Amino acid sequence: MTYAIEAHELAKRFKGGVVALDGVSFAVEEGSVFGLLGPNGAGKTTVVRILTTILGTDGGSATVLGHDVSREPDLVRSLFGLAGQYAAVDENLTGRENLVMVGRLNHLPRKVAERRAAELLEEFELVGAADRTLKTYSGGMRRRIDLAAALVTRPSVLFLDEPTTGLDPQSRAGLWAVIESLVGAGTTVLLTTQYLEEADRLASRVAVVDNGRVISQGTPDELKAALGATVLAVGLHDAATAERAERALAPLSEKSPHRSGTAVELPVDGGPRIAMEALRVLDQLGIEPVTFVLREPSLDDVFLALTGRSAEGAAGEGVSVAPGSSEVGAAPQARPGRSAGARR
Amino acid sequence: MSATARSVETGSQADGFGARLVWAVSDTFVLTRRNLVKYVRIPESLFFSSVQPVMFVLLFRYVFGGAIRTPGVSYVNYLIPGIFVQTMAFGAVNTAIGLAEDLQKGIIERFRALPMARSSVLAARTLADLLRNVGVAVLIAAVGFAVGFRIGTNVAAFLAGIGMILVFAYALSWGFAVIGLFAPNSETAQVMSFPVLFPLTFASSAFVPVASMPSWLQGFASHQPVSVAVDAARALMVGGPTTSAVWQSVAWSVGIVVVLAPVAVRRYRTST
Repeated sequence: MTYAIEAHELAKRFKGGVVALDGVSFAVEEGSVFGLLGPNGAGKTTVVRILTTILGTDGGSATVLGHDVSREPDLVRSLFGLAGQYAAVDENLTGRENLVMVGRLNHLPRKVAERRAAELLEEFELVGAADRTLKTYSGGMRRRIDLAAALVTRPSVLFLDEPTTGLDPQSRAGLWAVIESLVGAGTTVLLTTQYLEEADRLASRVAVVDNGRVISQGTPDELKAALGATVLAVGLHDAATAERAERALAPLSEKSPHRSGTAVELPVDGGPRIAMEALRVLDQLGIEPVTFVLREPSLDDVFLALTGRSAEGAAGEGVSVAPGSSEVGAAPQARPGRSAGARR
Repeated sequence: MSATARSVETGSQADGFGARLVWAVSDTFVLTRRNLVKYVRIPESLFFSSVQPVMFVLLFRYVFGGAIRTPGVSYVNYLIPGIFVQTMAFGAVNTAIGLAEDLQKGIIERFRALPMARSSVLAARTLADLLRNVGVAVLIAAVGFAVGFRIGTNVAAFLAGIGMILVFAYALSWGFAVIGLFAPNSETAQVMSFPVLFPLTFASSAFVPVASMPSWLQGFASHQPVSVAVDAARALMVGGPTTSAVWQSVAWSVGIVVVLAPVAVRRYRTST
């Protein structure tokens, strides 16, 4: 089996002793999509920054297409494309100028860079906006031009750091289709995401990252099987009723229920059948739910199943997250000495 | 045997070095163009950054000028060489702001993941600011002549004066690059620049004769780099003994680059 990307016991500490990575290991098969799934501050972006030679390690090693990222950084940089969470393209340049610039900085001859830019604009349906500055682009268009920039050299390895975070569902679906067509073309993709749905849709293998460690690894199906196919979420009037409901619902699933406040959540395999049974059980006890929902499992559910903590709580442990905001990058991903909110 | 191996290695490195140098120059030009495009795309910023030096000329020429005594030379001829230096020194703050902004927006991080020359980001930033300053020089010259400035030497000396100021401003760019690389964002970079900039430009011979200042200030005011550059520019543009002043100013410029460029480069390498 050939691996396009290998990470071995990667470790990283930031100033102030914050441990960002604590021995992260995984291997990505050539031509596959590998997902790093985890909440904000788990260390996903740090992994990507190390693999793309932006950041050095404090331990462990990593290779891209067999080349060590710390020993041959110049060579490694010519092998991959990187598209990021915050589309890092120049908003004063037009879409075309951005692509040509990236081509030139990849040392393509001018003519080739221009031809490649035109191709990509076509492919990403940005021809109409090609000669407008990026300031006029929507969030989804920026991500697309950012992704196009990562593909200028037709790299066989692609790093996508939270490619759809903050996008509306339509733009997200559009970007997913693009990524899927890339994989069809044989590109190896390492993807970081906070969305289980995204990892499920795109990745053939997933590593769940928490506090700088891989806490679970497998196919998305294996992950979901460990979790239950769906989650039954019931909202009650008060905490006491919720406690009774929790006890009553527990026997319906092999997985254990989780209660927070007036809400009870139960990972289930049976879907609608279990839902009917649940309603009967609650009815017999005279409990009338306020809300009653069957939903797809989320990253939060994976976290509950794997760690007994919610993803939000996980991000808060060991690292500092601005209170009340899960959108702000947590300390390990932030540039030391620069404010987390200001990065990128 | 080890000698052979070494010579082979050196040979390939020499080839590699030549190619690397060509790419470094190419990368620098690509990025310089990118930095300059900003001025075309945001004409407002270009317009308002041009208003400020014009205001300075008008303010000192017509408001303060009448109260300032400059023995042996008319105030407008005294002022304009000072304005050249002051405006270009202010312009060097753009280096700090530009770098801080690129770091903040993550563009530099993206550049680090490209197989381009590491050195080109700083080289292109300072080069773009140098080219911008050429434009500023033309503007100041036009405004200066309009308000009554006349060359007291000859055109060649005048142009040599502008060239010398550009070299000085380029050196200052490296100093402000250090500030930009340490600043958390572009706003702070700007604020951090002023405590350096104000004493240098105003406690200098740019606007008033140093002799009119209190004696405790005169030592600093007459030897600090902006005054030295202004005195040299004045000698080249208006008249007076030039050689020593020009050499002193060039020495300052070289000194600033030699000391601060390595600091900027080191900071750039480690700031992620």
